[in-house]
Amino acid sequence: MSNNVITVHFGEAGWDRGTQGVLGAGSRLAESLGGELIAIVLGTASDELRAGLSDVANQVIVAEQGLTEYQPERALAALQALCDGKNAGAVLLANDTYSQEITPRLAHRLGGSSMADAQSVSFQDGDLRVERSAYGGKATSVYSMKQMPAVVWVRARAIDPPERSGVGGAIEEATPELPEPKIRIVGREEEAQEGVKLEDATIVVSGGRGLGGPEPFESVIKELSDAIGAVQGASRAACDAGWVPPNWQVGQTGKKVAPELYLAVAISGASQHLLGMGDSKVIAAINTDPDAPIFKHCSFGIVEDYKNVVPLLTEKLRSA
Amino acid sequence: MNILVCIKQILDPDLPARDFKIDSEAKEAARGGANMVTNIFCENALETALQLKEAAGGGKVTALCYGAEEAEDSLRKALAMTVDEAILVVREGNTNPDAGSVAKVLATAIKKAGDFDLVMVGRESGDWGVGQTGGFLAEELGLPSLGFVDSVAGKDGGLELRRQTDNGVEIAQAETPCLVLITNNENNVPRIPKTRDVMMSYRKPLEKLTLGELGLDDDAIKSANGTFEVVELFVPEKDVVCEFVEGDSIDEKVGQLAEKIQTIVASAS
Repeated sequence: MSNNVITVHFGEAGWDRGTQGVLGAGSRLAESLGGELIAIVLGTASDELRAGLSDVANQVIVAEQGLTEYQPERALAALQALCDGKNAGAVLLANDTYSQEITPRLAHRLGGSSMADAQSVSFQDGDLRVERSAYGGKATSVYSMKQMPAVVWVRARAIDPPERSGVGGAIEEATPELPEPKIRIVGREEEAQEGVKLEDATIVVSGGRGLGGPEPFESVIKELSDAIGAVQGASRAACDAGWVPPNWQVGQTGKKVAPELYLAVAISGASQHLLGMGDSKVIAAINTDPDAPIFKHCSFGIVEDYKNVVPLLTEKLRSA
Repeated sequence: MNILVCIKQILDPDLPARDFKIDSEAKEAARGGANMVTNIFCENALETALQLKEAAGGGKVTALCYGAEEAEDSLRKALAMTVDEAILVVREGNTNPDAGSVAKVLATAIKKAGDFDLVMVGRESGDWGVGQTGGFLAEELGLPSLGFVDSVAGKDGGLELRRQTDNGVEIAQAETPCLVLITNNENNVPRIPKTRDVMMSYRKPLEKLTLGELGLDDDAIKSANGTFEVVELFVPEKDVVCEFVEGDSIDEKVGQLAEKIQTIVASAS
């Protein structure tokens, strides 16, 4: 029976909250299936990552050779080889770019099924079920996966880390055969990232269309963010307008954030945006329109022009 | 350069939440008075394809859709955007086929339509947002693929791709044929068709195919290629009520706002 669960990790993520979320989902699913948990790492695995995985998984496989730099077809071939013959009912991945890209292709190669952005993966009535948002967050859907293994990328940071520990799974090195890629990533331009990543932020301040241009992101919104140690985000409208880089985008097709506080400034709250920040503990908004959809998701808010609110708010928070 | 773009027609995702209803029998959104529109990422893909063709000074762009009869509207719009040809594979029965089944149909139609240098799809749809069809399609066609691509340009007999990642941008060199999944950026905002092109679109070829004409059968695809099915669909309950800060002056209101924010900031750090 296919009752084992495989979790897939890219080494460069390290032992971060996302890794722990995937491992948490994997360990709980393996227990309900009555199978083993196998963690696969592609690329360089730090000692901390190895120790963290071995503490929870029954087996850890590290494939480093030729995989430290991500190339889609190589990662795919490696995972296909490493997942084969493991009696996996499910293969779980995190929600980084690479995991998202590889999920359906791996599923097809393993003769399985695939699903994206799972909020939970569970085994019910002999069926593997995935719960996730649909229709831009207007609905919640539950899917039954028809082919095993179910290859699923999960909303990793919103999923609880593993409860179990002390498993002490053996760590083995693997060197799967890798193809010569037909699409080759030849350059990487990282956005200058100061401090905490948007998806790991405790406080997020996002700006939207209502800011009217790039300038407020660099002045008043930045000053407010700095005053409370927040990371800046943006709505799709602001990113599409080129006011801020695309990787600032919070939403269905941008970053999924789950901070303690999400402050939306001049964002109306299209459902595709709400889907990216709905897991936040507290949502607050500054908007001129009392009927803006964003307020339906807020714990508190103010109906005012941001220009009148933000500088004053920054001043008050600085002196607090 | 011979480019094929797969597009999907969906229920208008801008339908306000208050008008959103679920058809509990069909386990999908009720149509109601909502419009059917072309999925935005599919339009971003069409725009990227057209710009690539225009930059090359020649070539052909074909739009392919697997959908209901009324999806012809989305293909007409694509033709009006100056796509050269369109193919509609008319969907039967199941209104929400899974990614594996859709990929099988698209792959069969693509193989029948000819040889393409580049196949493009949108990264995901604005209705279910599952985003698995492109990857399955690449495998069905045996093509290398790249996701989250926002720019495509010809280079050294192949293609140079730019794509968005969590931390920035990656540049890739691709041999053709290949498949790319397109995401949005400021350069691929879909063009508004010119009136003349809208008129011309009715003279352009739009081929309609049934599953039978592709040698396919709905039930057979579902059992051989079916990957998932929706078992529940519901509107989640919301229990938050927004407390609007009040006060006689803006200073007072912002003061209250600052206090609430400060409480959370203090406990979070």
